[in-house]
Order: sequence, then C-alpha cells, then structure tokens
Amino acid sequence: MSRFPGLFARARAAGRCALIPYITAGDPTPEASLEIALALARAGADIIELGIPFSDPVADGPVIQAASERALRAGMTLARVLAMAARLRERAPATGILLFGYFNPVLRHGLESFTREAARAGADGCLITDLIPEEAADYRAAMDAAGLDPVFLAAPTSPDSRLAAISQASRGFIYAVSRTGVTGARASVPAGARVLVNRLRPLTRLPIALGFGISTAAQVREVAEFADGAVVGTALVAALHQAGGSAAAAEQLIHGLQSGGLQSDSK
Amino acid sequence: MKLTAQEKSGSVGRFGPYGGRYVPETLVAPLDELAAAYQAARQDPAFQAELRDLLENYAGRPTPLTPARRLSAELGGAQIYLKREDLLHTGAHKINNCLGQGLLARRMGKRRIIAETGAGQHGVATATVCALLGFECVVYMGETDMERQALNVARMRLLGAEVRGVSSGSRTLKDAINEAMRDWVTHCETTHYLLGSVLGAHPYPEMVRDFHACIGQEARRQYLELTGRLPQTLIACVGGGSNAIGLFYAFINDAQVELIGVEAGGRGTALGEHAARFQGGRPGVLQGTYSYLLQDDDGQIALTHSVSAGLDYASIGPEHAELHDRGRALYTRAGDREALAACQKLARTEGIIAALESSHALAEVLRRAPSMPREAGIIVNLSGRGDKDMEILRREMAL
Repeated sequence: MSRFPGLFARARAAGRCALIPYITAGDPTPEASLEIALALARAGADIIELGIPFSDPVADGPVIQAASERALRAGMTLARVLAMAARLRERAPATGILLFGYFNPVLRHGLESFTREAARAGADGCLITDLIPEEAADYRAAMDAAGLDPVFLAAPTSPDSRLAAISQASRGFIYAVSRTGVTGARASVPAGARVLVNRLRPLTRLPIALGFGISTAAQVREVAEFADGAVVGTALVAALHQAGGSAAAAEQLIHGLQSGGLQSDSK
Repeated sequence: MKLTAQEKSGSVGRFGPYGGRYVPETLVAPLDELAAAYQAARQDPAFQAELRDLLENYAGRPTPLTPARRLSAELGGAQIYLKREDLLHTGAHKINNCLGQGLLARRMGKRRIIAETGAGQHGVATATVCALLGFECVVYMGETDMERQALNVARMRLLGAEVRGVSSGSRTLKDAINEAMRDWVTHCETTHYLLGSVLGAHPYPEMVRDFHACIGQEARRQYLELTGRLPQTLIACVGGGSNAIGLFYAFINDAQVELIGVEAGGRGTALGEHAARFQGGRPGVLQGTYSYLLQDDDGQIALTHSVSAGLDYASIGPEHAELHDRGRALYTRAGDREALAACQKLARTEGIIAALESSHALAEVLRRAPSMPREAGIIVNLSGRGDKDMEILRREMAL
C-alpha cells in the first residue's frame, strides 16, 4: 500500500488538510530542484508532486510552462526525474511522492518500464494529466502490477457518471480541479470547487485533494473546510523562480502556507 | 508502441490503434457534447440542407475538376486533373469544415469561436464564418507564422477576428493549438473550438473528415463523367491531413485507386529540419490524439520545418496513420525547393498559382506522372491558392 492513505489520515487527525506542493522536476536545474524537494519535505509537505517536464504542456498556464522549458533546457529527462525521485525517497522516507506529467514521455519510455522504475524509485503514485480513465486500461494494468496508485483528475465539467468512473479508477486519492482552465494562481477558491468535492463524496471513500489556483495560506485553510488536501503549484513555482531556486526559500514558503502570513494574497 | 489493449477498452474515435481522446478531464464533457451535437446534426435534414446551401451559394461548391493539359503534355505521362479547392471562397478547402462547425456551434448555442491557424487559411475561413454567423472570433497563430503569412493576419483582422500571437515553442501551428486548447479548457462552457484539421481528440478527426468528404465525392463523380472510369492515382499534401482525407475518403473502397499523401520534406532529413512524420516519426500522443509523431528519445515533441506553414506540424491525423499502416495510402515527401519549383511549373503551364502546401502535392505529380501511361489519370488536390504566399515566393524566386 502507498503512503497516501496514511498521510491524509495523519493530516485529518491534526485537524488540517494535507499540503501538497508541486514543483517541476529539473527547474531551475536537476541538482537545485532535488534540494528544493528535500526542503519541502523537511518543512513538512505531506505529498510532493514532482512534475515531469514536457515540451507541450496544454493543461498548464504560463508559469509552469516556463518552468518546464527551464527544466528541459537544463537537461531534465524522464530518467532523471526517476533518479531524482529515488534520491528524494532515500532522504525523505515518509513523504508521499506523486509523479505528475503528460502521457507522451511516459509512452516513449514504455509503460511497463516507467511504472517499474517509478516504483523502484519509491514513488507512491502517478497522475497523467492528459490520460482519462477510458484511455487508461494499459496504464492502470501497469500501475497495478508495479503497486503504484493511479490518481485521476475530476473536473467541474464532469457529470456524475464520469465522477463515478474516476472514483473507481483512482487509488490513493482523487485530484479535484477547482475550476475550468489551466494551472495558475488565483485570488480566490471558486464556489464550484466545494460543489465538486461534495458531488464526489458519496461516490468514493478516497481522500480528495483540490488543486488549480490555490496560492495562499488563507486559501489552504478554506480548502481544509471541505477537502482533504490542497495542491499549491503555480504560486510555489513562481516564488521559487523569483528566489533563484533557493531551497531555503522553499522551506519558508511551506511554513508560510502552513501558518499563514508569508504568502501575499496577490500572488 | 501499439495500444492494442486500449482498442478493446471501449475508448472512442479509434482508427485501428490510432486516435482516441487524450485530454485533461475538463474537456471530456465538451467533447461529448460536441460528439452528440454532431451525431444529431448529421442526421438532421434541415442542418444538412443549410450546410449544402452555404457550400453552394456562399463558398462556391462544387469546385471544378480542371484538366491540366499543358502540364500533362509537358510531362508526357499520365493525364493530370486539378481539384480546384483553390477557387473556393477564402481561397482554400478549409471553408468546408468551418461552415459545418460554424452551424454546429450555433446549434449548440456557443457564440464564441476559437481556432488555431498555421498558414492562416483556416484562420481566415474561421473568421469568415464567424462574420457570416455573427460570432465572436479569436484565432491563435504562432508568431513565426504571423510573419510569414502576414497577409492572412490582416485578412482575419479585417473580418473582425482577434488574432493572438503565440510565442512559445517553435511559434508555429503546434504552439497555436496548445494555446487554443488552453483557451478552450478555460472557456469551454461558452466557446466552441473550431479545430481546423483531422487532428485532436474524438470527434474532431471524424467530424472534420466528414465536412471535407465532399471534395472526393465531387471529384469521383466529375472524373467518372469526364472519362468514364476511375483515376489511377490521387495525390494530396498532408499537414494535419484534412484536404487529403477529404479527397481520399470517397475512394477508400476503390482498391484500384492509389492514394498518395505528400508530407513536407523541408530542408533536410535530420529531426527538426522537416515535417515528414512517416519518415522520422513514431507513434505517440500529442494534443488529444495518438498518431505518428516527430519526437526525441525522451518523448519531447520535436521542432519541425517547412517553407509551408500549413504543413509545418509534428503530428498527423490518426486516420492517415491507420491508412499508412495497412498500406492503403502511400506517404511520400517533397522538400522546400521541390515545392517551390512545382509552384512555378504550374503557374507557367496552367496559369494557376497554387498555395505552397498544395505545391508539395504538385511536386509529387511532377515526379510520378512522366513514368505513368498516357491513359492513366491523376487527380491532385489543389487545396489552396498561392496569393497568401506571394511574399515568400517573391523572396525565394527573386521575382
């Protein structure tokens, strides 16, 4: 079993939601992003989403697109993301690791070898942004064989029949998308996010994490009222970029999201 | 790799192992809505009648099948016939699909239209249909393409469309599609994405093919009327592949008719120098569909090059991938220089200036016709006219 259920249970017991920072692996360099990931883990991130850079990230806004470009320019490859996950796992044995990416690099690597190597590296699960359950038969079989949790997206546009299928196909947790659109920091958590999570609840016993647009400690607290986890991506990637990819900044940013105060609402 | 298990998994919109739906979850509901609206529309006589009326009285269908007598005589082999999509309103075949999807958008109650464009022909056709139907129109176009097809940018703006330049990646068609997909995922409840080729997630490849199938249906009837038999060979250029599948589709069951698609050979055979997916690509997933794809060893999408913006794309429609694999169609390549030479040859023998895209198909005609018997016939799809390319032609040929 992956670390995910225990991590969500631990956060729930502490009266908070799981904090799930996203970084693009390899941004600004493979070495610096490993240090950033380790700092996130040290600071108490429950699950780290390690983004696999891709040349054509259609689900991402400009901030994460730029991070992906920086990582690719710095020589990041899928094999190096897996090596980075392994080193993160060695030094952060309790932190959840979710590999997050697009399907083509995974296909090119080979589904079986990708899932086998991801499991060996110590990842707990994967989320492939452009893979829906209907297209994921081979992927799910490979994930099962490797003992990895497949996490699928649920969207505000998904009808209940799809939410049921997404719940069935997911393991570990479900990633609910707070709004229609690409990744990117927003000023508020939309009302539809709570509606989506409430629609999912009767369909699944899995924890539900909310992502897309969450950027401040206040928003994380708001999300904790109705969801089990909050993903912070763009705001973190942008702040780390501004801080020159410093690991110390990563640690501070996580502390800020946990307690409130360091993140400005304008991000 | 082949996704054989996925074929059996009940996923929709497959051509053999190719096609499918590889999109973020948010887009599945709009794609389902579009597929359902399209299924209803294709069975609705009122929709079909309105589309037919617009194709005939607005766009100018049927287009002629012109015998290229001087060119055929000069080459000394097969008789060459030009399917004159260049004579359609807006100057290319693209209007067929735009009228169809425009009526569909109106039927779905979506009044904001977005589109991508490479050469600008699809963008112009989209802007045209939006003006005709009273829709808001935003067209995404790579900045490289905006430079080399500046005239089409001006045309779109004159028609009332907003043209948004895309500065990511290679700043060409692929990057314009990325931006259009990002817009659609954000505004899908009010917006129809009027995709311009047989690409993307289901139902686009099938729907866009159907809207262009009139090209081949007319050509088949016209050729039979003129000659009493079927042509030996069809030739069309293939970017995404909409004009090619439009010509081929009515002939797919005529096993004796040879189907030839011509990809952009660009300026060399190294990755990044061309857009010949069947020469240097392997199957993968880009922008919603599983098809042949120019990519590096790590699965990153390769840059492409062609003198013709409309062919300058890293992937190819999934139905072409299936036609390729089962050997029903043959795919060749023509380079930048060959296409330019073919454009000049047609201009000087027939008095027709073809688009650079269509000139790639003509280059294959010039290679192939001389060794074919004089009683054999070739239909080449003249998918667009060359007005938009005059700046490139002037520079390249020192006119």
